[in-house]
Amino acid sequence: MALLDVENISARYGLFQALRGISLTAEEGETLAIVGANGAGKTTLLRAICGALPASEGRILFDGEDIAGQPASQLVQRGIAMVPEGRRLFPSLTVEDNLIIGSYPKRKGVWTKDKVYELFPELVKRRMNRGLDLSGGEQQMVAIGRALMSNPRLILMDEISLGLAPIVVNQIYRSLPDISAAGTTVLLVEQDLNRALSVSDHVTCLLEGHVELAGVSREIDRQALIDAYFGASQ
Amino acid sequence: MSENRSEIEPRPPMTAAPYAREAHVALPLVLLGAVLVALVSLPFWGDGSLQRTALEFFYFLALAQAWNLMAGYAGMMSIGQQAFVGIGAYSLVVFAEDLGLNPFLTIPLAAVVAMILALPSSWLLFRLKGAYFAVATWVIAETVRLAVNANIDWLGGGRGRTVRSLGQFDRHLREDLGYYAGLALALIAVFGVFFLLRSKTGLALQAIRDTENGARAVGVETRRTKRIVYLFAAAIAGATGALIYIVQINVRPDAAFSINWAAYVIFIVVIGGIGTIEGPILGTILFFVLRDLLEGLEAWSMLIFGLIAIVMMLFAPKGIWGVMNAHRPVPLFRTARKLPARFKADEGEA
Amino acid sequence: MIAISTALNGILLGGLYALYGLGLSLTFGIMRTVNLAHGDVIVLATYLSLLTTQILGFTPLMSLVVLVPVMFCIGYGLQRLVLNRTLKDGMMPAVIITFGLSFVIQNGLLLGFSADRQVLRQGAVETMGVTLAPGLTLGLFPILTLGVLLVLIFALQAFMGRTLLGRAFRATSDDPNTAELMGIDGRKIYGLAMGLAFAIIAVTGVIMGIRSNFSPFDGPARLIFAFEVIIIGGMGSIYGVLAGGLILGLAQTIGGAISPTYFQLAGHLATLGILAVRPSGLFPETIEKG
Ligand SMILES: Nc1ncnc2c1ncn2[C@@H]1O[C@H](COP(=O)(O)OP(=O)(O)OP(=O)(O)O)[C@@H](O)[C@H]1O
Ligand SMILES: [Mg+2]
Repeated sequence: MALLDVENISARYGLFQALRGISLTAEEGETLAIVGANGAGKTTLLRAICGALPASEGRILFDGEDIAGQPASQLVQRGIAMVPEGRRLFPSLTVEDNLIIGSYPKRKGVWTKDKVYELFPELVKRRMNRGLDLSGGEQQMVAIGRALMSNPRLILMDEISLGLAPIVVNQIYRSLPDISAAGTTVLLVEQDLNRALSVSDHVTCLLEGHVELAGVSREIDRQALIDAYFGASQ
Repeated sequence: MSENRSEIEPRPPMTAAPYAREAHVALPLVLLGAVLVALVSLPFWGDGSLQRTALEFFYFLALAQAWNLMAGYAGMMSIGQQAFVGIGAYSLVVFAEDLGLNPFLTIPLAAVVAMILALPSSWLLFRLKGAYFAVATWVIAETVRLAVNANIDWLGGGRGRTVRSLGQFDRHLREDLGYYAGLALALIAVFGVFFLLRSKTGLALQAIRDTENGARAVGVETRRTKRIVYLFAAAIAGATGALIYIVQINVRPDAAFSINWAAYVIFIVVIGGIGTIEGPILGTILFFVLRDLLEGLEAWSMLIFGLIAIVMMLFAPKGIWGVMNAHRPVPLFRTARKLPARFKADEGEA
Repeated sequence: MIAISTALNGILLGGLYALYGLGLSLTFGIMRTVNLAHGDVIVLATYLSLLTTQILGFTPLMSLVVLVPVMFCIGYGLQRLVLNRTLKDGMMPAVIITFGLSFVIQNGLLLGFSADRQVLRQGAVETMGVTLAPGLTLGLFPILTLGVLLVLIFALQAFMGRTLLGRAFRATSDDPNTAELMGIDGRKIYGLAMGLAFAIIAVTGVIMGIRSNFSPFDGPARLIFAFEVIIIGGMGSIYGVLAGGLILGLAQTIGGAISPTYFQLAGHLATLGILAVRPSGLFPETIEKG
C-alpha cells in the first residue's frame, strides 16, 4: 500500500480553482518530484496535503486513512512535515530554538538536534543566531532541519533551491540521500527539471491545476516533460 | 465573511456604471422624503419631550455615522471620540461665553477647532495599528480631560463652566433652534458620509477596509484617505459636542469627555450594522428603544448593552441590518461597491 | 532628600504599574490584540479575592491559592469559547467584545458589591515601613510588590526562553500559520496565553486591593496605565514592561510633586512623548507584521 494516495482532489482560493482533480501516489521511502510552471498549483497541492488548506473535493489517504479536512497541526503529529516555500523561519527564535520547535509533535525517531547539526555542520556555529541573521542557504538548512525534527514519515519540500546560488543548492541537495536513508518519503517541488529528475524516483508535472504528465523519472521522455511543463500540447 | 465571499464574483470594473437602475429605487426615496417632512415639521406638532428625544437621536446618529465611517470603512477603531465631543463643548464655552459669539454660530466653529486639534493627534495615532490605535485614542482623550480638569481658572477645572449667554434666548426658541441645528448636523453626517463614500475617497476606503495591502497595490494613498476620514469624524464630534451643551448648558469635563460617548456610539453601530450607512440609523433607533425599555435600571442597562455588543459580534457581526439583508440586499443608500475578487485577502493567510 | 524620596516612591509605584502591564504585554505579544477589559479583569480579581476572604476567611494573599487557578480557567475559557471564534475577522471583533465585556464586568460588580469603595485587609504588612535614612521611609508592601514583579518577570522570561511551550508561544506570535505546520495548535496557545495572563492578573488584583481601596469602576484607569507601560516599554517585550512601569511611575510621582492635578496627566504626557519620538517603545520586541 502506498504511504500517500491523493485521489482526485480540488482546492480553491475563494472562487478561483487552483487544483482541479489531482491524483498521485507515493510509496514509502521513495522520492517524488513535482514540477510545473509558476502558478501551476504546486504549493497549493503541498498545502492541501499537509492540511494548511482544505481540499474542496477528493480524498487524501495517508497510510490508508483519509486525512482530508484534518488541520495541519494534527497531521504533523501523524508524520507529515512541511518545509514551506520561502523557508519561513521564526524570526524571533534562534536557530536552535527553531530546530527545537520542530520537535513539538514529540515523535520518536532518528532525527535529533545533534543529527541535524551532523547533516548541516554549517549550522553549528550559527546555533545562537536569530533566523534572519542567516544566509539564504543556512535558512533553508534550518527549515529542512526543523521539519526533520518531527521525525516525519512524509516530508514535503517546497522549492528548497529558491533564490540560492548553485553551489549552495548542491550542498542542500546532498542532504537528500541521508533523509531518504531514514525511510522518509520525500515529496519535493523543484523548478529545475534536470535536478528534479536526477533526485527523484517518480515525477509529476502540474499544469494549471491538473496533472499533465506523470512517470518514472529515469524513463520519462524529456521533451514530453518540457511540453507538459509549458502546456505546449494544448 | 463567508456569505459575502460568495458574492464576489468577477465583475466588470466598478467605475463603469456600478449599478443598474432598478424599478424599486423610488420606494426608498419616497420613504426618505416622508421621514424628512415629518422631522422638519416635528416642532409644530410634537411636544417638548418628543422634540428633545429627537434632538438626542440626531446627535447620536451624527456621532454614530462618523464613527462608523472611521471604524467600519477606514479600519480605525477609535474609542476616543469623546475627546472631540469635549473639545466641541469647550469651544462653545470659549466662543459663546468668553468671546461673546452667538452660541449657534459656535457649532461650525467647534467643528473647525476639533479638526485643527485632530491633526496633531493624527500624527501620533497613525503610527499605531489596530488595537493599539484604539487604546491610544483613549489615552489622548483622557489626557485632554485631565488637562482641562487641571486648568482651574480659565475652563473652570473639574467643576466646569456654565454657558450663561444662552440665557439671552427664550427657552422655546433655543430648543427649536437647537432642534434644527441637530437635524442639520445629522443630515450632514449621513449625507456627508454618503457622498464621501461615493467619491474617489470612498473607493479608496473600501479598498482599505478589504485589505490594506490590496489598497496599496491599487495605488491608494492610505494615509491621506485615513486622515481625511479622521478629520471628518472629529469635525462631526466637535459640532455635536457644541450642540449637546447648547441644550445642557453646564459643561463639566468628566461628562463632556466621558468614555460613554464612545461606548454608546460603538454599541449603536455594532447593533445596527458596521460598515453600512443604514446600520447606524437602525442602530440609533434600536438604542433608543432599548434605552426606553431599560429605563431606570442604570447598572443593568449598561450590563445588557455590553452583553448585546458581545453577542452581536459573535453571532451577527454585521448587525441587525446585516441580518435583515442577508438574503435580499435592499440598500437605502447605494454606496456598497465591491472590489474585484483579486483584491480580496486570502482566507488562510490574511 | 525630597527628590530622592520622590524618585524612590516613583520607582515603587512603577512596580505596581509594571504588574498591570505584564498580563497585557503577554497577550498582546502573542495575539496582537488588546484586551480592553484588562483593567476591569484586574478589578474583578480584586473583588473575587474579597469574596474569598469573606466566605472562606482567608487573608487576601492566601486567597491566591484559589484565585490563580480560577482566573486561569476564566481566561482560558474566554479565549477559547469567545475570542477564538472571531480570529479570522481581524482585530475589530476582539476589541469590541472586550470593550463590551468591560461594561459587563463594571456593572456586574456594581450590582453585586455596590459602588462603595472597599479594601483588602492583609494586616500589619500594609502599613509597615522601611526607614532608609532619617526622613526617608519607604512602604514595605510596595517594596514587596516590586519583588513579586521581578520574580514574575524572571519566571515568565525563563518560561518563554527555556521551555518547549514557551518557544511555541513565541513561534505562534511570530507566525501562526507556520507554527501550525510545526504541530502547534494556535487556538490552544491563545487560550493558554490568556489563561496565563489572567493568572498574573489574579496576583496583580490582590496586590492592588491591598495597596489601595477600589470600586467597580476603577478598571479603565488600570487599563490605561497598563497600556502606557507597554507603549513606553515596547510592544511585547517582557523587560520593556519593567522599564515602562518605572518610567510611568516616575513621571506620575514627579508630576504629582509639582501639583496633585498633574499626577496622571504627567504619565499620559510621558507616554505621548515617547510615542512621538519612539513609536515602537524603548525595547521593541515583537516583529511588526505587514
Ligand atoms: N493565497 C492565495 N489567494 C488567491 N490565489 C492564490 C493564492 N495562492 C496562490 N493563488 C493562486 O493559485 C494558483 C496556484 O498557486 P501556487 O502557489 O500553488 O502555484 P505554484 O505552482 O506553487 O507557483 P510558484 O512556482 O510561483 O510557487 C496561482 O494562480 C496563484 O495565483
Ligand atoms: Mg509555489
